[in-house]
Amino acid sequence: MYSDVVMDHFKNPRNVGKMEDADGIGEVGNPICGDMMTIYIKVKENRIDDIKFLTFGCAAAIAVSSMLTEMARGKTLEEAKKITNKSVAEALEGLPQNKLHCSNLGADALQLAIKDYEAVKAGKPRPSQSSEDKHEHVEGTTCKCPYCDTDLKTGLELCTHCGREIKETLAH
Amino acid sequence: MKLVMLDYISGNPVLPEVQEAMIEAIKEDYGNPSSSHRLGDQAIEALELARERVAGLINCASPEEIVFTSSGTESINHAIKGIAVANADKGKHIVTSNIEHNAVLKSLRRLSKMNYTVTSVSVDKYGVINPDEVAKAIMDETILITIMHSNNEVGTIQPIKELAGITRAKKVLFHCDAVASVGVVPIDVQELGVDLLSFAANQFNGPAGVGCLYIRKGTRISPLLDGGGQENRRRAGTENLVGIIGMGVAAEIAHREMGSRINHTKKIKEKLIKGLNENIEDIIINGHPELSLPNLVSVSIKYIEGESIVLMLDEGNIVVSTRSACASGALRASHVLLSIGREYADAQGTLVISFGRDSTEAEIDIFLEVLKKTVSFLRNMSPLYQKNHVAVS
Repeated sequence: MYSDVVMDHFKNPRNVGKMEDADGIGEVGNPICGDMMTIYIKVKENRIDDIKFLTFGCAAAIAVSSMLTEMARGKTLEEAKKITNKSVAEALEGLPQNKLHCSNLGADALQLAIKDYEAVKAGKPRPSQSSEDKHEHVEGTTCKCPYCDTDLKTGLELCTHCGREIKETLAH
Repeated sequence: MKLVMLDYISGNPVLPEVQEAMIEAIKEDYGNPSSSHRLGDQAIEALELARERVAGLINCASPEEIVFTSSGTESINHAIKGIAVANADKGKHIVTSNIEHNAVLKSLRRLSKMNYTVTSVSVDKYGVINPDEVAKAIMDETILITIMHSNNEVGTIQPIKELAGITRAKKVLFHCDAVASVGVVPIDVQELGVDLLSFAANQFNGPAGVGCLYIRKGTRISPLLDGGGQENRRRAGTENLVGIIGMGVAAEIAHREMGSRINHTKKIKEKLIKGLNENIEDIIINGHPELSLPNLVSVSIKYIEGESIVLMLDEGNIVVSTRSACASGALRASHVLLSIGREYADAQGTLVISFGRDSTEAEIDIFLEVLKKTVSFLRNMSPLYQKNHVAVS
């Protein structure tokens, strides 16, 4: 089911752990959906000097977190902002279609961590750490039907599907 | 390293005696039981011997009450849809429970789109149905009650005899999905008093692809498959004779070994539960402490996710099942675990460990050792674990 790269990052995850003195923290996901990720960054001279993660989730979610930290480490904030969920999935040599949504949250967590860092630096209120009530579809990714891999057009169905009310909305 | 197989609920290893009978049947019993010539006679003989053996396992009044199908799922579909169609003139209401298998849930969902109505009763924290609730749910239009004998996710066994007594008094038919129970615990259809009972060979060391539906004599039911007159005109289609022969042998052995299998699996279950409690903190053992299958343990391991655990264990040559939404493909938490009150996150970290006649206590030791390492590895990177443990300490 998973590529060798995914399995390698799952079995030997890089940069695991909590960072006590992080400059920025980004949290995404909720346990209803299945995955939660926290990304910690340490910034030095506008570069991501150190990065760590904590993840609750399936093998895909762990591999995504691990790969993301490897991709972001050493990058300038401007470069890191360009990392997308799609580019992480590509670096992992692909993810199963039905994992693309729920598990592929790493880049979102990184973007939140950068925003958090920038807010602190600018003396602004820190953005909400948790997106527990949010279930946003970032960068236009649509949800896939877990049975046939087709796009679920309205996103709304998947939120219902992953979230508050478990309702079978799929017609097949 | 030898594989430690702890996923019997997904399918049992086929016993050597069963394999031999099936290989022999592939060579010799290629005749069609519907033929009038000698090959047909030979096939009928093999078919009826298997029917007798399977009937013996669940103590049918007559072997004719056994209909061979392709699976537990087909049996369930046949029972529910066949009763619904044949009894629609009496009413269109069906009662079930919140923790049934998808074969039941989705058959009922299909019927509800065809103007049937369904009442689903809840279960307690152990997954046990309250018979009073079932009695209350029965109306004049009720034609069928369908409730499982034991739950395939948490192992809880329902008070079927009592439930069937209620439905009998109200002249409503009772179907029991006994797929997880037949061959594992004694099932006597006459004692239980059920009208229909579904089961499958791959739950008792027989082949996949063969199931049975027990239909009490005199029950009004339509076929699911229309065509030829096979299986007393109850299930059309040329019989899967090789599979049926395998099921017959497996049934005969399961019947004979029932006592020793239960003793053996009970011992393993006790050891496993004790070992889980001693080795891993923050776990919940699901299901009823006594009224449950002897060959299955469901455990929710807090703060981590099931698919990750299963894949890590697989790396250590151990196979188990998970009820995690991520692994199920449906991306939804198990309806059974939510029904017994598990939190979403705890449902995600739930393993189903199931075993059988050839499982050993040494395998449980290996499992516990690898599981302990796996849990610690995954908790170390879990934000939920970090939060809860900082909060606690």
